Amino acid sequence: MSGVRVLVGTKKGAFILTSDGKREKWEVSGPHFAGWEMYHLKGSPVDPNRIYASQTSGWFGQIIQRSDDGGKTWFQPGTPPGETTGPGGAPKGESNKFVYDTSTETGAPLTTHQFYDGTQHPWEFKRVWHLEPSLTDPDTVYAGVEDAALFRSTNGGKTWEELSGLRGHGTGPKWQPGAGGMCLHTIVLDPKNAGRIFVAISAAGAFRSDDGGKNWMPINKGLKSLYIPNPEAEVGHCVHRIAQATSRPELLYMQKHWDVMRSFDAGDTWTEVSGNLPTDFGFVIDVHAHEPETIYVVPIKSDGEHFPPDGKLRVYRSKSGGNEWEELTKGLPQSNCFVNVLRDAMAVDSLDKCGVYFGTTGGQVYCSPDAGDTWAPIVRDLPAVYSVEVQTL
Amino acid sequence: MIRVELPAHLRALAHVKGEVTVEVSGTVCVLSILDALEAKYPMLEGTVRDHVTRQRRPFLRFFACEEDYSLEPPETPLPEAIASGKEPLLIIGAIAGG
Repeated sequence: MSGVRVLVGTKKGAFILTSDGKREKWEVSGPHFAGWEMYHLKGSPVDPNRIYASQTSGWFGQIIQRSDDGGKTWFQPGTPPGETTGPGGAPKGESNKFVYDTSTETGAPLTTHQFYDGTQHPWEFKRVWHLEPSLTDPDTVYAGVEDAALFRSTNGGKTWEELSGLRGHGTGPKWQPGAGGMCLHTIVLDPKNAGRIFVAISAAGAFRSDDGGKNWMPINKGLKSLYIPNPEAEVGHCVHRIAQATSRPELLYMQKHWDVMRSFDAGDTWTEVSGNLPTDFGFVIDVHAHEPETIYVVPIKSDGEHFPPDGKLRVYRSKSGGNEWEELTKGLPQSNCFVNVLRDAMAVDSLDKCGVYFGTTGGQVYCSPDAGDTWAPIVRDLPAVYSVEVQTL
Repeated sequence: MIRVELPAHLRALAHVKGEVTVEVSGTVCVLSILDALEAKYPMLEGTVRDHVTRQRRPFLRFFACEEDYSLEPPETPLPEAIASGKEPLLIIGAIAGG
């Protein structure tokens, strides 16, 4: 392990930040796809030079990009072999096509979900929020999309197929959009159980498959959401993020709309561990790479005021799996800071001293090379940061 | 030869600068031009019209000879100046956002 590569998606392009293992000096590359909304970029754990990216636009729709050289060059992966392509071998747009499964043979795919006003509304594809490459195959990658559904490609992103058992398992008509839309934003692949996948949807909740994505069940027992008619409903919770302790894959953590939660049993039951946090509203949550009970959150004042309490940007760390939290402030602005940290904008590396990273809507990307003790900005003035991922090289 | 002017983001996506040109056989209309455009620049599939519905994306408009053809049936013949290449078909993104 000699260094790190941080993949940053922003409102106006993607940036790649690289450093050696000290994580003090950085090279900045970008903007890639300047002007486009880059919701998420993530590298394959099997082949770190293989990176997938979600490029999207309210004007022009969804584009999937792929790099096979660590982000130096990019292409749309959807060129069927033998087909005529555009100038310079430019590829065909099939890789950007996300079509909901409406067949009756693959389950019972739904045609409607609950809209903001309570009426039923047809599923309409809008964008890819999150790309999760397989832990074992660089050509297999999962996509979490809005309106909420899970897609999978097994050919390097050339074509996509919906895993429709998620929408079709029965609770879909009760799902509804949150303020950011009805998005499937979190995908967690279990490193020790090849068939197990976790996803989270706003505002539906968390779901788990134990058979590779064919069948699904809600895993929301223990969640209590006071902002929905039945606070303990099976679905309808606005889960903002799930993080897994990879060395103990049944240990999960959740940042919900309000409340920080923990599960010891792969999501079968959840317990609140907000403890002494100044506010338990927030978006991100992540787990130390080597210490399964060391976790990080960035408390945000409230659902109506998406910035840190008192204008102080603080990461909170618990070394006991929650309940007891310490504030981490060294190197972070402690006055007049009113940025947000969005749900996909925190990541950890796996170097000996675990690095922790997060990006803000103010365009800063911070790095702590010492597990949160101290922080420094890698960059200060990017467009609003949507996502941060890190590759340990 | 039909001239088409694309929004800047689509020019970047297609790796082109300035106007593009396409060949159309038969009636010159928005439909036939978009078919030819996507055949020549397949990376633009789904960007001007939706992959599934094939409908124009709502934040894009089509102008020919200073006339708005966005709401016309896509099979509507375009003016001779477009068919002859004297004037380009303009695909224009809405001025919105930040």
